[in-house]
Amino acid sequence: MGRTGFPSNVIGFAIGVPLILAIGMLEALRPMGLSLPALTGGLLTLDTMIRVGLFTIILVGLNLLMGYAGQVSLGQAAFYGMGAFFSAILTVRARTLSIPPALAETWWWPWVVMGMGALLVGMAAYGIGRPILRLRGHYLAMATLGLGIVVYILLRENMGLPHLNLTGGFDGIQGIPRLRLGGFLLWPAWRYYFLVWLFAFGAIALGLRVVHSRVGRALRAIHGSEIAAESVGVEVPHYKAMIFGLSAAMAALAGSLYAHFQTTVIPATFGFGPSLELVVMSAVGGMTSIWGAPFGALTILLVQEALRTQLHRVLPNAQGEFEAIAFGLILVLIMMFLPDGLTVGGLRWLQSRPRLHIRFARRSFKPG
Amino acid sequence: MRGARRPPSGRSPRSKDLAKEKQGAFAVIRDRTWEERVQFARRWGITAAALGLVIFLVLLGRRHGFGVPEYLQFALDGLRGGSIYALVALGFVLVYRVMGVINFAQGAFVMLGPMLTAFFYEQGWPPVPGLRLALAALLAVGIVGALGMAVERLTLYPARRASPLTRIIITVGVYLALQGAALLLWGPYAKVLPSFTTMSLSDPTLRFGGVRVKAQSLWIAGTLIATVIALGLFFGHTTVGKAMRACAVNRLAARLMGIPVDTMSTLAFGMAAVLGAIAGIVLGPVTRATYDMGLELGLKGFVAAIMGGLVSFPGAVLGGLVLGVLENLWAGVTVAGFKDLFAFVVLILVLLLHPRGFAGAEAAVERV
Repeated sequence: MGRTGFPSNVIGFAIGVPLILAIGMLEALRPMGLSLPALTGGLLTLDTMIRVGLFTIILVGLNLLMGYAGQVSLGQAAFYGMGAFFSAILTVRARTLSIPPALAETWWWPWVVMGMGALLVGMAAYGIGRPILRLRGHYLAMATLGLGIVVYILLRENMGLPHLNLTGGFDGIQGIPRLRLGGFLLWPAWRYYFLVWLFAFGAIALGLRVVHSRVGRALRAIHGSEIAAESVGVEVPHYKAMIFGLSAAMAALAGSLYAHFQTTVIPATFGFGPSLELVVMSAVGGMTSIWGAPFGALTILLVQEALRTQLHRVLPNAQGEFEAIAFGLILVLIMMFLPDGLTVGGLRWLQSRPRLHIRFARRSFKPG
Repeated sequence: MRGARRPPSGRSPRSKDLAKEKQGAFAVIRDRTWEERVQFARRWGITAAALGLVIFLVLLGRRHGFGVPEYLQFALDGLRGGSIYALVALGFVLVYRVMGVINFAQGAFVMLGPMLTAFFYEQGWPPVPGLRLALAALLAVGIVGALGMAVERLTLYPARRASPLTRIIITVGVYLALQGAALLLWGPYAKVLPSFTTMSLSDPTLRFGGVRVKAQSLWIAGTLIATVIALGLFFGHTTVGKAMRACAVNRLAARLMGIPVDTMSTLAFGMAAVLGAIAGIVLGPVTRATYDMGLELGLKGFVAAIMGGLVSFPGAVLGGLVLGVLENLWAGVTVAGFKDLFAFVVLILVLLLHPRGFAGAEAAVERV
């Protein structure tokens, strides 16, 4: 691990892990009738925290891709959906695929499927990434957007094989089994919460490891200038596709975890809108920061939750429309005034207060 | 844009280029460098692929027992959709050329046009339906144009030094906010515009031999032709139009010549919004107008613009028409749910194989 990010990352884990553990223990034990919703006025539930964990996994990958390597993806929800449906199909439709029950009904089969899904999606993304990532800027954004929509339509239309009914069309797949470890069921929700956050912190650690390594320096070089990076010996196409594959694999892993959490998956969860939502989260948290991932996810999910639950008190007839408006406005305002996101932008703002004497060893990754 | 030359930053004229121009496309292969041979193979490969696609579609259609009249019918219906795509694509090209931004909010303007028109039409004044519709449409176009300019001034202008990704995300935010606003104002219900010919919900069908054409299709085609002529006159014969072209070629030089480039950007954005609104309004009687119609039309208009190379007005019109016809042929021979797949597969293929589009526009050259 390089010197630059070391102290702040230790601080991050030192604050983050106990906080997450405390929330989990609170929900698991419910001491003296206290619970997370009761303490936060119904704003934050364990369900939301699990989602934050899932999105953190995706966003770490997305931040590596967009913030560090500078490659835009407007279709990341496609990989999320591929992971979710891979898990769902191989566990629920095992008979259709003539997987022997002796295999499909063991406790470890969903875990194997999860790993396979992440691996296969990552490899597929590497394969797609080699040609697609030759494109730059606008063109790349549009190609990934097209890719996302194509995957969504394929999921919605049973991949063109209606007689097999693999993806279940519009209605998706129901009855996905909960995860088990031997005889230990990872449910009620607080047990699953610990699992998800274990993966989330793993993802953060992996992200930090990548950033502060040779690969991370190569990615930043690519962000700065591809030609310059190539001229100093960085194998640009390989690195770009590799980070694309890594981010896709992380999204797929989160998708598998989502499928076993929700036990139902429908294609609409993985369409164009959700892809944009991921970009919003990434932007709000700060693309150029791994720690931005949980903050972005938490902020956006809290805003959504607040709009959904609290808006009725102010405007009784309000439906989902305010969510879209608020989303759009947040996106525009953040991009205009705090393009580095809440974490990086916030830190920089703190640093600019001379009387606070705060120093962070953080370099700008922007070229020039 | 007739006679517009690419900026000198594109690529320097090399002797190779001059030689190629002299020889034309059919020059002897062995006189070429490897780079040119790849280009040659690519160009003809794409032509062959396009031909192959058409043949494939026709063969698929034979299974359904389609004959020439059916294909003609598909093609004519496709031209209708294609004209709409072309109008939307013109807006994309206009904004991209003048400002270098891909304007995702274009879809919102396409949606607002018919929604506003229907809203004013429902007010019941003046009592003559034809006059009322014309007034409503004019008012809607005016409002959308003003809105477009306001959006540019308030969001993109302050962020004019931000990176392209930031600016794309801003327009995405604007799209979400406008769509949410439409949902808030008019709810999720479809609005219906009357047919321009009869001022009622029924649209007369004209028969030419074996093919049927809806009267509204003629309005749409007429609108496209009128718009193209108007744009041609505007860019060729007015001072403002010429100034806008100058901005597209080289912003700095235009500024040095005393052209107010920021005003031109605002104006271009407003014009693109107007083009989008017009496209939505003439489509209004054919499909119902809903708050979420903008996404699909915006994206397909974008695909059309990409097919035309993103910087060429004739290319955009051609791209729109070709996309419309092919998509409709495709929809005719496959299952209904796969209709939307076509445009996005084409998007990815065009971006990968031939990002310069029909018009052979310049490829961006990155400089260190």
